[in-house]
Amino acid sequence: MPREKQQEYRDHHINENEEIQPNSEIKDNVDDLTDDLDALLDEIDEILEEDSEEFVENFIQRGGQ
Amino acid sequence: MHRRIYGLETEYGIICTPDKNRGKKLTVQNVVMYLFREIISGRMYPDVFLENGARFYQDIGCHPEYATPECDDVIELVAHDKAGERIVTRLATTAERRMRADGFRGRISIFKNNLDTVGNTYGCHENYLMEREKVSFRQLASQLIPFFVTRQIYTGAGKIKRSDQGFYEISQRAQHIREEISIATTTARGIINTRDEPHADREKYRRLHVIVGDSNMSEFSTFLKVGTTGIILRMIEDHFITERFALRNSVQAIHEISEDISCKRLIELENGKRLSAIELQWLYFECAKRYLAQEESDPTTDEIMTRWEYVMNGLEKDPLQLDRELDWVIKRKWIETYVKHRSLDWNSAEVRRLDLEYHNIRQDTSVYYKAEKRGLTERILDDTQIRRAMHSPPERTRAKFRGRFIKLVNNGKVLCGVNWSYIQLYEPYQKLYLSTDPLEPEFEEASRMIYSI
Repeated sequence: MPREKQQEYRDHHINENEEIQPNSEIKDNVDDLTDDLDALLDEIDEILEEDSEEFVENFIQRGGQ
Repeated sequence: MHRRIYGLETEYGIICTPDKNRGKKLTVQNVVMYLFREIISGRMYPDVFLENGARFYQDIGCHPEYATPECDDVIELVAHDKAGERIVTRLATTAERRMRADGFRGRISIFKNNLDTVGNTYGCHENYLMEREKVSFRQLASQLIPFFVTRQIYTGAGKIKRSDQGFYEISQRAQHIREEISIATTTARGIINTRDEPHADREKYRRLHVIVGDSNMSEFSTFLKVGTTGIILRMIEDHFITERFALRNSVQAIHEISEDISCKRLIELENGKRLSAIELQWLYFECAKRYLAQEESDPTTDEIMTRWEYVMNGLEKDPLQLDRELDWVIKRKWIETYVKHRSLDWNSAEVRRLDLEYHNIRQDTSVYYKAEKRGLTERILDDTQIRRAMHSPPERTRAKFRGRFIKLVNNGKVLCGVNWSYIQLYEPYQKLYLSTDPLEPEFEEASRMIYSI
């Protein structure tokens, strides 16, 4: 996933929150959630950094019980 | 209070990815050898008991397998299951260091799941000790089958699939079940497995060995899986279930239920009725509630019932809302979110990789643990309980005794052979201490000997 695209998503998402959440307390909560979500997605990006195709294809086990 | 021995065996998937341009490839077998090197020496077979009473060994198909010590409480069992993940994780870190020293640079990934890329399966087996004379095996099997077929709606670990009928199904294991009852664990696996090695007095006890379930990352899923099954077994032993839940075709039903993430698909009972997995589980739940109303209560059983009811209500409303509790829903949620935000295709390698990395037990590269760290999963334990279980055996079963012995062995104080049901002392003289009751924490004679060392 290209970084610009992530940034684009984030900007878009934050703007949307500002428009629809006039109550600042709720907005804070939503921002926290959005932050958490974005951070987790970034972490998943890191996990998937190496070549996924190759990784998945190499994961072959002998059958167990 | 009602007591039973519970145990979980987990076969892990394992792979070593060499560093780019530097690493040489290692076979699965070699990696497993490195994994064991920290705890076994020389030419010993990779099969050891640990100081917390657990057994760690290389199983069929070269899978590292961790079997928890005997627990008599389901929360304690979940702690020991999680302790196993951490022990194996620690061994992986040491193994990587040793590999580097030998010129192999790479990263070991260990998955607590049940499927590889080409469809080979490996298991997570549950064990329940039962009093043999209370119920015939035939009756036990017939009352358990509909329960095992339907419990996957909260115990499933989820899997990505490529098919016209959708991209995701509930259980990793369901499609590998081919028979109602079978002794096979590697070929035609059954909903009920007939292996019966009690590691105890055979006359008194049977061991129910359950191979139909998925491996779980979620503490909540593991807790419910074993907890509800334990309650069902109590009812069967006490001949409390009078309704007939027998299914027309149980093997077909276990496949179909796995394929339907709405959990609403109707399956046919032998008596002609058609019920969904949710409805059938509600019937078991209501039966359990009636049964427990006349039994002495205990906190763990109360907790199981509370969580079971919560999950049933959630499943009825919308299964996909249980995205903090149930493995198959948590995993699906994060795959779906990632697919959406990164504009990926459901058939992409990234998605199949995510389906694996959810189950990675190494917390720094595990999707499940990334979610857990952010408080996005419902937990049963705190970390202190898990850390304790890495080193200390359960207090109320014979694992306590075994653990104490292993500590002495590890400190070089005694030389002995250990198995589930015995301890064989070699020095200063040969002596066999046999246990016939796993619920007994002490063997008197042997304890006296231990304390004298």
